[in-house]
Amino acid sequence: MAYTSLKSAYHAGIRDSAPFMLVIAPFAMLFGVLATEAGLSVFETLTFSIVVIAGAAQFTALQLMTEEAPTLVVLASALAVNLRMAMYSASLTPHIGAASLWQRAIAAYFTVDQSYAVSITKYETAPEMSPQEKIAYFFGTVTPVCPLWWIFTLVGAIVGEAIPASFALDFAVPITFLAIVAPALRTRAHIGAAITAAFLSLLLFSVPFNLGILLAGMGGMMVGARIEAMTDEGAQ
Amino acid sequence: MIDRTELWSVIIGLGIGSFALRFAFTGLVGDRQLPVWLMRHLRYTAVGILPAIIAPAVLWPAATQGDFDLPRVSAALVTLTLGLVWKNVVGSIIGGIATLYALQILLN
Repeated sequence: MAYTSLKSAYHAGIRDSAPFMLVIAPFAMLFGVLATEAGLSVFETLTFSIVVIAGAAQFTALQLMTEEAPTLVVLASALAVNLRMAMYSASLTPHIGAASLWQRAIAAYFTVDQSYAVSITKYETAPEMSPQEKIAYFFGTVTPVCPLWWIFTLVGAIVGEAIPASFALDFAVPITFLAIVAPALRTRAHIGAAITAAFLSLLLFSVPFNLGILLAGMGGMMVGARIEAMTDEGAQ
Repeated sequence: MIDRTELWSVIIGLGIGSFALRFAFTGLVGDRQLPVWLMRHLRYTAVGILPAIIAPAVLWPAATQGDFDLPRVSAALVTLTLGLVWKNVVGSIIGGIATLYALQILLN
């Protein structure tokens, strides 16, 4: 009985996140191509995707490394992009916090935008699910998405090794980021954060070690949080 | 050329750091609620950091030694517009790259 319900929760997770396969494959391939164009070997590129498993942070690190930013700045900026993972972790905790430590550790590694978004939506609409069903569902959402990230990174890396370096791909990262950010501009707070960060980044461009990016990003976050707080107060 | 020591420091550091962020709450905090102000700031990390990376890269691209470049700025505007209207990430990327290459060919 319990076995069947866990299995069906797992399958439901697979079904619900399957549409993301269409997004993940080309995105992973783009990372593979750009990383090898930046001079990484196929092995280094694939290791990057397996160890880090976070698209936007990987693109950030790649972009800043090609700009020859210092290691600490590369790490700080890429981790700042990944700060949202801490938010995902916090909001998943009431649902899967009761699972065993090793299950939570594996779930943590696989906490990505898609698995989080699909799972949290399900948990909120189906509160009757048991903690075990919730974790089974979570691993279901991971199954179509995360292995594709590794496989298509590899495909992209192999393709990228064949593309001559003269092919102007320097602008693919900014374009990718624009395409990610634009649909995320859902509220005034998100728009305010993005515009503030962009302007601050231009103003702070001459700050050494690319630290302007980090400062501008923090400024954007503060403005976003402030607008949200004001909107909430206005609604009350 | 990316320095090998830097590359491996970034891969390992980013791997450990990302796992720590992902494990921070499910693993260690348990069921406790986070302060509202903290959640509020975390919500805007992506729309904060990414535009900070994009803006100078669009207006002052390293590939043109920082000179304003019409194909790149146009490609950025097309991508942004497609993303805002269509909300399709892969489609917007393709639209932007097509614009970039089309204008580079036309203007050369």
